[in-house]
Amino acid sequence: MPTTPPPPAHPGELHLAVALDGTGWHPASWREPVSRPQDLFTARYWADLVTEAEHGLLDLVTFEDGLGQQSSRFGEPDGRTDQVRGRLDAVLIASRVAPLTQHIGLVPTVVATHTEPFHISKAIATLDHVSGGRAGLRVQITPRPHEAAHFGRRTFPPITLESLRSPAGQERISELFDEAADHTEVVRRLWDSWEDDAEIRDVATGRFIDRGKLHYIDFEGRFFSVKGPSITPRPPQGQPIVSALAHQTVPYRLVARQADIGYVTPRDAADARAIVTEIRAEQRAAGRADQPLHVFGDLVVLLDDDPDRATARKERLDTLDGAEYTSDARIFTGTAAQLADLLEELATGGLTGFRLRPAVLGHDLPRITRDLVPELQRRGRFRRSYEGGTLRGHLGLARPANRYATAATV
Amino acid sequence: MSKPHKQIHLAAHFPGVNNTTVWSDPAAGSHIDFSSFAHFARTAERAKFDFLFLAEGLRLREQGGKIYDLDVVGRPDTFTVLAALAAVTDRLGLTGTINSTFNEPYEVARQFASLDHLSAGRSAWNVVTSWDAFTGENFRRGGFLPQHERYSRAEEFLATANELFDSWHGDEIVADPVTGTFLRDATAGAFVHQGQHFDIHGQFDVPRSPQGRPVIFQAGDSEEGREFAASGADAIFSRYATLAEGRSFYQDVKGRLAKYGRRRDQLLILPAATFVLGDTDAEAEELAREVRRQQVSGATALKHLEFVWNRDLSAYDPDGPLPDLDPDTGGDHIARGRAQVRMYRDPLATAREWRELAAANGWSIRDLVINTGNRQTFVGAPATVARTLDEFVQTDACDGFILVPHITPGGLDPFADKVVPLLQEKGVFRADYEGTTLRDHLGLAHPDHAREERVAS
Repeated sequence: MPTTPPPPAHPGELHLAVALDGTGWHPASWREPVSRPQDLFTARYWADLVTEAEHGLLDLVTFEDGLGQQSSRFGEPDGRTDQVRGRLDAVLIASRVAPLTQHIGLVPTVVATHTEPFHISKAIATLDHVSGGRAGLRVQITPRPHEAAHFGRRTFPPITLESLRSPAGQERISELFDEAADHTEVVRRLWDSWEDDAEIRDVATGRFIDRGKLHYIDFEGRFFSVKGPSITPRPPQGQPIVSALAHQTVPYRLVARQADIGYVTPRDAADARAIVTEIRAEQRAAGRADQPLHVFGDLVVLLDDDPDRATARKERLDTLDGAEYTSDARIFTGTAAQLADLLEELATGGLTGFRLRPAVLGHDLPRITRDLVPELQRRGRFRRSYEGGTLRGHLGLARPANRYATAATV
Repeated sequence: MSKPHKQIHLAAHFPGVNNTTVWSDPAAGSHIDFSSFAHFARTAERAKFDFLFLAEGLRLREQGGKIYDLDVVGRPDTFTVLAALAAVTDRLGLTGTINSTFNEPYEVARQFASLDHLSAGRSAWNVVTSWDAFTGENFRRGGFLPQHERYSRAEEFLATANELFDSWHGDEIVADPVTGTFLRDATAGAFVHQGQHFDIHGQFDVPRSPQGRPVIFQAGDSEEGREFAASGADAIFSRYATLAEGRSFYQDVKGRLAKYGRRRDQLLILPAATFVLGDTDAEAEELAREVRRQQVSGATALKHLEFVWNRDLSAYDPDGPLPDLDPDTGGDHIARGRAQVRMYRDPLATAREWRELAAANGWSIRDLVINTGNRQTFVGAPATVARTLDEFVQTDACDGFILVPHITPGGLDPFADKVVPLLQEKGVFRADYEGTTLRDHLGLAHPDHAREERVAS
């Protein structure tokens, strides 16, 4: 069976997301005059960013999160005081801005390693209820020992990027991703644990619900078991959007097994094609060949009218930070038209959209919404208005049938 | 000079799973749609209430091995709704019940601190504890706790959360772009906690929030519960909504504060209260009777009796006499996931008492449940209800009320429109908010100031 990306509502159109993190992805971004580092912990700050993204008709924004302070080192705190430290819970930020926006998808990061899938399921279902069908989540794992120490239930050995590449490291990562896959499976089953028409309010019999339309999920896995049903009725989208960032085979497998969107980090179109091919193969292996799955490319972006200015801006930020900024994703510096060229080229590798990480939110986010979006629209590669009412609608994904309802009628 | 009037505190509870909401009423709306919560919150804020309160549920209730289907079932996630409500209100406090058994302090502390930032200082936490394995089946840690460990875990959970809230002092974020100093100090948020239930350390990642700590509420009436509240809570939800019981509870709990170095005004006592309003007292009484009939259908009456009898009573006629056979005392197995079961500690005695009551009054099963169940607390014309509420507060039966309407979301509107203006006229309820945070509304000191006071005294 062929695996295909979801058919776009308008062929040729790309999907666009923006990843929100602090004042932007460059560690020195907070020092730019357009940044508002003192406002990072206010609702107004986040509302302004999401409203700007919505003006650009973007499909969704993601909110970064973690269960510990940010660090420039991978596996431990760095003790630095010259970068943004501290952040608010991403699900609560998403919920706080939901009533202030109407169209844009809201996708907070959720750490599967230390959280309860029961809590996460009802939180994201509720985000879907409060936003009228615009919720999703980005599932993430953490192998970091200092974050495990915040919970005190498990001890993780010290970790570096090198040690992760060792066979033992790979085994640990595989296990955390397997746990994340189970976590997501539970979250998804709980979303289906109420059929859409379970609330009947039958005055004659005095029954508020038809309990035959509520289902125990009875999940029994290697890491935990969960009974169900959810306490929260099925969300408006049926299944909110599940997404994950992936850099190699193990996480590609999580994307293939559980996600609606995978964010990947290709260097060029050939790399994109190789990644997409691998994910599609994993998708077939997981028996999900017929399920639509978006693969978005992640890029860090610095946008200016003049490419030299964008490069100079990066250099200036690097100097401020005292180190050259590197990233898991390709870092683009240039004009909006050049970025549009690059996105079109990368898309030939089979990507259906992009998640852009603005280096400086106060500067690069408006460049995305006011320069890049019109440029893509001119090329017929981006929507001119929101059409669907839900995030699934923006992504060209149908509302899925309830697995339990289907099982009951077959 | 006469004593100045005590000011009444008012809050509104949006009922989730419960047996008071008359969902069959044509005026009843969704209990899930955000528009319902927004309507309710805006009414409470229009009436200048202190806060809105949401409870929590972590497992659907069961009776006889089946999901209970006669009451409202299903509710959204507490944190998520409160965060969204912060966007449609400016001053109203946002209070949520969050269980200390099926959560971890680091996660809950960052959620409440985040909510406090995102609401500009309006968050409050009702700390509850649950221990049953039935609820634990929804969680990876299982979560069964012996009953004697309930409060010790809850106390340590709250103490740990407070250590996390206090791990930032409020002046760490410099964010000076010129010098490049974001944090004054690399150890911001550092904490170490070693105890019986939690052994955690590291750095908390949410800076100090506008209220310093969320306001802490506590419910629960046991000896340990009262002590727990006296030692660290800002308010206690009581279930005593009669004058005599209320005064006795009030004296008892307020009397416990001194040994913790706290003043009597540092813990507010707020009973939950239902109400039915009519144009006249007689009309309200009539309406209240109708509401009770709607709340207790024949099927509901039988299910309620099963809490005591601990047997399947579905074959009985709710309009007929009480069962002759005695309750099954072989353990709680008929009803799970609900607190009422534990209220009947001696089912044989309760059954005997109920049979005698029914025989003496000629009551059917349904009549009995209607007449012995929780009745509306305040029934009458607006002036009557306003006068009664005021009497409770002025005579120290409580400091205010958590009002629970029987219609959602519109059931609070008549109270806001008709009773609140009368309380304002009496000078016992605010005409407008005087502060911006929930601590301001409740007259509670910022925790930093409270701490300084204690150190200084």
